[in-house]
Amino acid sequence: MKQVIFEIKSNELIARSVYKMVLRGDTSEITGSGQFVNIKLDGFYLRRPISVCDSEDGELTLIYKVVGKGTEKMSEMKIGETLDILTGLGNGYDTSVSGDKPLLVGGGVGVPPLYKLAKKLISEGKNVSVILGFNTKDEVFYESEFAALGASVTVTTVDGTMGVKGFVTNALDGIDYTYFYTCGPEPMLKALYNASVTGGQFSFEERMGCGFGACMGCSCKTVTGNKRICKEGPVLNKEDIIW
Amino acid sequence: MVNLKVDLAGIELDNPIIPASGTFGYGYEFAELYDINMLGTFSFKGTTKDPRFGNPTPRIAECERGMINAVGLQNPGVEKVISEELPKLRKCFHKKVMANVSGFSVEDYAYTCARLDPIEDIGWFEVNVSCPNVHGGGMSFGTSPEAAAEVTRAVKAVTTKPVFIKLSPNVTDIVSIAKACEEAGADGISLINTLLGMRIDLRTKKPIIANKMGGFSGPAIFPVAVRMVYQVASAVKIPVIGMGGVSTAEDVIEMMMAGAVAVEVGAENLVDPFACKKIIERLPAVCEKYGIKSLTDIIGCARD
Repeated sequence: MKQVIFEIKSNELIARSVYKMVLRGDTSEITGSGQFVNIKLDGFYLRRPISVCDSEDGELTLIYKVVGKGTEKMSEMKIGETLDILTGLGNGYDTSVSGDKPLLVGGGVGVPPLYKLAKKLISEGKNVSVILGFNTKDEVFYESEFAALGASVTVTTVDGTMGVKGFVTNALDGIDYTYFYTCGPEPMLKALYNASVTGGQFSFEERMGCGFGACMGCSCKTVTGNKRICKEGPVLNKEDIIW
Repeated sequence: MVNLKVDLAGIELDNPIIPASGTFGYGYEFAELYDINMLGTFSFKGTTKDPRFGNPTPRIAECERGMINAVGLQNPGVEKVISEELPKLRKCFHKKVMANVSGFSVEDYAYTCARLDPIEDIGWFEVNVSCPNVHGGGMSFGTSPEAAAEVTRAVKAVTTKPVFIKLSPNVTDIVSIAKACEEAGADGISLINTLLGMRIDLRTKKPIIANKMGGFSGPAIFPVAVRMVYQVASAVKIPVIGMGGVSTAEDVIEMMMAGAVAVEVGAENLVDPFACKKIIERLPAVCEKYGIKSLTDIIGCARD
């Protein structure tokens, strides 16, 4: 973990209520995909944990949805403004166990951390399939970015306005995968847990106090003992999860 | 040269800054961020006789200038603290540590303190009497002078180390409870624990925290803490550790002027992991600004 001051390079709406913020600063502490950062915002006591969409050479990309006053404040921030950010938090995904045909499944704002993961897996020469699930067409983002990396992308929308109609699990048939990685709302994670046929890794969300393991605010029980979502998580192995 | 040293029940601290229990784990994880030997000491995570997972999540809710937590004393239990946590701490912290202990019966408190007493690294006990007494109808020990005194006597009987009783502010008359602990043999009082609070999510129309209520901490509670430290320090002869919403070097000085001999920093560690380091580094300059040559000179100076 490192405390870093970042400068905002861009902050723009990319889908309904969803913003992409690109920042400049020291990203050296972000060592893996699936990690998160914790952002201090003026006027708010607790930091806001946001997953890392991408980080490279001192450039950090975050994609966040406006769901409350904190993210609303973030959405109003301008180019050149700075943010106090704790970086390199959480364990992240382990790509060494993926096999040669990993499947990535993201739901809504669970999609962003899979982007850096897809980059990593593709750089390792793996054949990556991606399912991106949203409620409706207006909420869809990053399908072309994943495709540009060389991943095979399927979009699902609950109302059928784009891609496959239904949930991410409706798109599983016909995809040949050796392992899977996922991030999204808990009902989606649970559905995937039940529908999947291989091992996998799940990224969880929880209300956090500190985000770096000190307060025990985000603990959960697992098969291998109590874990802090912010420290031993947010990524848990399928076989460790107790629903 | 400002003298930051203070005496805490017979043990000299390099400075009065003590990370509060529950915000600093067992210390070693913060040692990856900075040299924690710069601290006065720290109060380790509330430890109980048996391992505890604590409350269901969500356990955290944000407030204006503060937060509510209902962690529920998650800890690995005293045996694992002794066999696993303290050996890790010993590698990175070379000062006496404060053992924060909780219990759900008088016997629990005595048992846990007796197990920890032989450990040389422990300099003080800080006994959290805000927990519910399962044999007393669930009322917290800290809400009755008799129950707080009973816990004090039970702990004093099993250790010769200084015992601080950490008081809950959620009482009608905190002074009477502090005095009862003093009469029962407490070597010091630490206060305040968190204020009982609650937030409701407007969208779900339900409490944010699974436990519904939790402990409110952060800068918002600082004035309440200063007031209670002032009242208690004025009424007892034993040393008082002040805490509650402390986030700056100025707050530390104010707390000491109210009567605290040392000051704990809690919630601020969670929003700024370097908070205690920054406070310690700023203290000399802030002391100089206010003409303070030695911190011991200002303890309780706000009193008439």
